[in-house]
Amino acid sequence: MLGEGIVKGLAETARNFFGSYAEKERLTTVQFPEERLVQPEATRVFPFLVYDTDDAEKGLRCVACKICEVECPPKCITIEKSTEKKPDFTGKPQFFPAKFDIDVSVCMSCQICVEVCPFDAIKMDTAFELSTDDRFGGLLWEKERLAKSNEYYHSIHPTEAAEVDEQLAEKKAKAEAKPAAPAATTGAAAAR
Amino acid sequence: MTQALDQIFVTLKHWAVAYFPAVLQPAVSILLSIAAVLVIFPTLFAVTTILERKGLARIQNRYGPNRVGPFGWLQPLADAVKSLTKEDIVPRSADKLVHFAAPLLLVVTAFLEYAVIPIGRNMVVADMDAGVLFFFAVSAAMELSIFMAGWSSRNKYSLLGAMRAVAQMISYEAPLILSSVAVAMTAGSLSTVTIVERQAGYSGIWPHWYVLTPWGLAGFVLFMVAATAESNRSPFDLPEGESEIIAGYFTEYSGFKFALFFLGEYLGMFAISGMAITLFLGGWSAPFSFLTWVPSWFWFFAKLLTLIAVFIWVRGTLPRLRMDQLMSFAWKFMLPMTLMVIFSAGLWRFLPGGVLRWVICAVPIAGLYVLLSSCMAESRRIQKRTYKFAE
Repeated sequence: MLGEGIVKGLAETARNFFGSYAEKERLTTVQFPEERLVQPEATRVFPFLVYDTDDAEKGLRCVACKICEVECPPKCITIEKSTEKKPDFTGKPQFFPAKFDIDVSVCMSCQICVEVCPFDAIKMDTAFELSTDDRFGGLLWEKERLAKSNEYYHSIHPTEAAEVDEQLAEKKAKAEAKPAAPAATTGAAAAR
Repeated sequence: MTQALDQIFVTLKHWAVAYFPAVLQPAVSILLSIAAVLVIFPTLFAVTTILERKGLARIQNRYGPNRVGPFGWLQPLADAVKSLTKEDIVPRSADKLVHFAAPLLLVVTAFLEYAVIPIGRNMVVADMDAGVLFFFAVSAAMELSIFMAGWSSRNKYSLLGAMRAVAQMISYEAPLILSSVAVAMTAGSLSTVTIVERQAGYSGIWPHWYVLTPWGLAGFVLFMVAATAESNRSPFDLPEGESEIIAGYFTEYSGFKFALFFLGEYLGMFAISGMAITLFLGGWSAPFSFLTWVPSWFWFFAKLLTLIAVFIWVRGTLPRLRMDQLMSFAWKFMLPMTLMVIFSAGLWRFLPGGVLRWVICAVPIAGLYVLLSSCMAESRRIQKRTYKFAE
């Protein structure tokens, strides 16, 4: 009969209309600035530099090896090596970046810098509201702005950060064992 | 007291007019009536846009606009500011004068339709003897402005949209007018005020609305379907089918001229809903005899808002028709049905009251409905497709 389908359709839309007032779970919209979804742990948006201890300048893990600068596909990282050295977390003197800039507008969030870094110095952040009204200065993030503490890293990626800490502690233990037993190291080198 | 509240706007107008010299009084009286129409219905338009956006959103289980003002109720203001500040672009090869005049003509004709719609007891701008005729004559001029818009834009999408609009509006004007002929026959008048007065009586608690008769119910449904097509609303919004022809006849309009088209379309919808109320739903009369103490203008606007809600509901439900479906529906279904409604109204006029009168008037309409719908189902049955040229 003509009109049967129309009546069915009208009933369905009426059910939706009143149902959306009665049952909140019908409305799937997340009202963004006020409500936020919990981000998955593997979220990655933009890289940051990890530092240990409380001092962002002294504790920076980066040794300015420039691997990330070379590997970065869109070439958004600029690094200038320092002239003098400072001790790293094991106490070994290392270079550090005098300048470390990342261009927010160029970065494509590929995480290749994180993959290639041998020092676990650069990691991905989860903060995503990066827009600014300053199109030049505001989009070029410098070392001071990029540096974030290890505690922060733990707060955003707990599992991954715990693994990294374990590896670093192992390395540190090896490095400390080295000067105490030089014979063992030469033995190991010979074995290799 | 009830009487005073019912006539409050009429009294206010007489009080205001009395301050002017006798020579000016008729002109001032007309201007005041026009001013009321110019204020009320655009305000209703603003309210309807937000109601429509929220209603459609809820039908799709969304929130709809809820950012501007409390619960988003100031959204129309934001829309108005936006459309006023947008750049007004006129295509270089457009016919500038016609392109400029089309939206104005649309809004003017839409406003003219309100001249004959009684929005309350003694509340009508012009009580014409041929009010219904005037209404349909003016609403036919809307087609002209739509064609002007499509033609002057010099854009193939605009022109296609305008052609579709004209074809559709002319086709649906036939059932629209024919279904109102039944009312004019029964009321014995073309004056809208008289038609409402004929329906303002009560038997028991029930009103003498034409919609409460078999021919009136069928006529009302047919009138509303044709009215949806006349006001280019979904599912008959082919003239502006965005998936096919961008925005149809107003593709080349932007800024405030686009807003004027929007306004004109909604005003047309309110006017034709007002006409449906006048013809079938008893105009300003109360739905039950014990509710007559409520002011008459309240009932008119309550009915109008109900019909607007139905329009929104239908828009949220039905997908757009195809052009050939649209045409065959108008000529093969609507037209025979309206003719049968006229026949049934004639029977109703001359038969004595009783149950038999109901049956005799309902049977031809129901029979034709079953016949036509089975014919349409026959033509819709899935068959093996044959190709003329491909094989």
